Amino acid sequence: MNLIWLIPCLPLFGFLVLLVAGRKLGDPGAGWWGTGVVAASFLVVVKVFFDLLALPEEERSLTQTLFTWIPSGSFEVSIGFLADPLSILMCLFITGIGALIHLYSIGYMKGDEKFSKFFLYLNLFLASMLLLVLGDNLLLTFLGWEGVGTCSYLLISFWHTDPANASAGKKAFVTNRIGDFGFMLGTFLVWITVGSINYADIGPAAPMIAGGTATAIALLFFLGAVGKSAQLPLSVWLPDAMAGPTPVSALIHAATMVTAGVYLITRLNPIMAQAGWANDVIAWTGAITALVAASIAIAQTDIKKVLAYSTVSQLGYMFLAVGTQTYVAGIFHMVTHAFFKALLFLGAGSVIMAMSHEQDMRKFGNLRKYLPVTFATFMIGWLAISGIPPLAGFWSKDEVLAGAFNAGPAGPVLWFIGLLVALMTAFYMTRVVIMTFYGSEKWRLTDDPHEAAESADLESEEVESEELVTASVAAAAHGDGHDDHHGLSPDHTPQESHWTMTAPLVILAGLSILGGAINLPFGSDFKRLEHWLEPTLAYEHELPPVPVLVLLACAAIAVASLGIFLAYLVYSKQKIAVEKIERPVLAHAWYIDETYAKVAGGPGEAGFQGLADFDGTVVDGAVNGVGAGVLGIGNKLRPIQSGFVRSYALGISIGGALLLAFIVTRMNL
Amino acid sequence: MLALNETWYLVLAAMIFTIGSVGLLTRKNPLVMFMCVELMLNAVNLTFVTFSKALDDIAGQAIVFFVMVVAAAEVVVGLGIIVAIMRRRQGANADDISLMRG
Repeated sequence: MNLIWLIPCLPLFGFLVLLVAGRKLGDPGAGWWGTGVVAASFLVVVKVFFDLLALPEEERSLTQTLFTWIPSGSFEVSIGFLADPLSILMCLFITGIGALIHLYSIGYMKGDEKFSKFFLYLNLFLASMLLLVLGDNLLLTFLGWEGVGTCSYLLISFWHTDPANASAGKKAFVTNRIGDFGFMLGTFLVWITVGSINYADIGPAAPMIAGGTATAIALLFFLGAVGKSAQLPLSVWLPDAMAGPTPVSALIHAATMVTAGVYLITRLNPIMAQAGWANDVIAWTGAITALVAASIAIAQTDIKKVLAYSTVSQLGYMFLAVGTQTYVAGIFHMVTHAFFKALLFLGAGSVIMAMSHEQDMRKFGNLRKYLPVTFATFMIGWLAISGIPPLAGFWSKDEVLAGAFNAGPAGPVLWFIGLLVALMTAFYMTRVVIMTFYGSEKWRLTDDPHEAAESADLESEEVESEELVTASVAAAAHGDGHDDHHGLSPDHTPQESHWTMTAPLVILAGLSILGGAINLPFGSDFKRLEHWLEPTLAYEHELPPVPVLVLLACAAIAVASLGIFLAYLVYSKQKIAVEKIERPVLAHAWYIDETYAKVAGGPGEAGFQGLADFDGTVVDGAVNGVGAGVLGIGNKLRPIQSGFVRSYALGISIGGALLLAFIVTRMNL
Repeated sequence: MLALNETWYLVLAAMIFTIGSVGLLTRKNPLVMFMCVELMLNAVNLTFVTFSKALDDIAGQAIVFFVMVVAAAEVVVGLGIIVAIMRRRQGANADDISLMRG
């Protein structure tokens, strides 16, 4: 019995029920319903997973076609689902983590007046995301791609009464559109060259695609991936997306949606194998994004912004892996990252709840005393992302770095950048941990450093007049989601969260510890993920030999420890001045937003003004000219209608006579 | 020998039609113009009946009935308009009523 169709349809059903009866189900009924359908979907995924496992390796690809969606001559698109090792792996962690985050949201969103609407959006998001990974053709993937984009927009601006949140949602949507444009053009090009947009046809046809065409297709789809996965130069929307509720940041902007770009590139790996230098573009974009984002994360004071830049940076790692054609490493890092980044975001959410929706880390401190469960799980997430063995992050990051090292002549350079990023990652995560859980209880201080920061931000706001920048600055200045009950008093006592919030933390912490076990480098028996994904990958670049691997791993561990130690020196021992590390250029994210605003506001606006003038004069002129011409001819012909009935009669008579003459003389009757 | 065959009827119809059309073009009185139109219509009716007889086809006579009905309706409307115009202005001729020009 084939149950694949149930996987996306269950959350969709949940969405429809919430649409009709969401308000009736209320708080927490709507939340339990939303969690239930996603958990059911997870069980179906597990069932399909075991069905696949029971099949011989080369037959592990089930397709289920429901009906023809667009029949149009030779172009036919059907609603069909493809369950192969890659898509089912994605489904496993999407529905698994999705169910946990739904559960968490029941506690986090408690008392919110739009409680049921939140779960409505979340269910719709999961349905779209599952459609994205399960679709058996590019157009269906695109449908899911747009669906998750829409849900992302709706959820970022969930508390839309604050203009900064609404503006952040718009920014995400507009930035994503640039990428979607690449996705669409790529789909067209695939259709022209292959004659089909089904993955089942693209795979076998890919080796016949000419190199130049394959490069073009790869770059177009990479543009789509850059938008969705927030890589440079389209990375600017993700940090602002933190305006949404924290579970949304965990689910959409860390664990699932933003990894869709990595999935897309991996799905199209047969084309990538022909794409030549496009792969280098992907690898370098990933490496540079990872470096830039990690450097920005060092100087952020908003806990969610640190995690957001960290996500951008880790996504850079994944693109580094797929760009060097070590897809297993990319997918492996995607899975482990989903575990520990969801854990870190949910932990941050728990902290934010305990601090009455304060997100500025400078007002935290010593929270380990008050939030034991959050603290313990957050520490596991911290060690995992820093790359300390034997936690999940170490194994996957190590594989990415090893793959980069072996990637041709430029490999060692890419590897070195990756290592630098690992150093920064350990540094900024340690900084978060120390500022949040250690030190003095700074929210009890009466002289408010937050005030000073706010005025500083206001100063910079005067310079930057553009809306997009104002959005990010305002989001940074306010820092909080719904600020109706915001503000810490000196006698505030933080409290540990409800079990619906801590239970997902504990489960994710367990996964962050053990997640590495799915692909250990100790010989081929341990490389389960690699064997599992093998049927879907046309080409996989080799990892270096074992002695080199061990050396690289030692270097990675040394660098991670160094990062943690440096952060300990700076933030705990205060041996090095903070100002030397947290440069303003980093706090302002290398002025990327400001530059975009300047370019878009200066030459960009002038260019578009020029286009508007062209439209106003040339295009409108042509249209109006035709109208004026017709009017002129009409005016010339007006006197013919004189109003004298007898002259009309004369015309008719003459015409009739001429007609008669013609018939009699010219036609042979 | 003067046999009263179809030609006579057709010539008569042509003459009536010509009288009607010349009258329509030369006279200015709307009532007279109206009568000229009636002459033309009935000239055509005459040809229909003639051909119906000659070709032994009843369709021609059937059409004549239609023409008569339409003509009667047209007279009602037309005379109504003329009476309405006459009430508003004295002794109008067709060339005076030329408001509907381009």
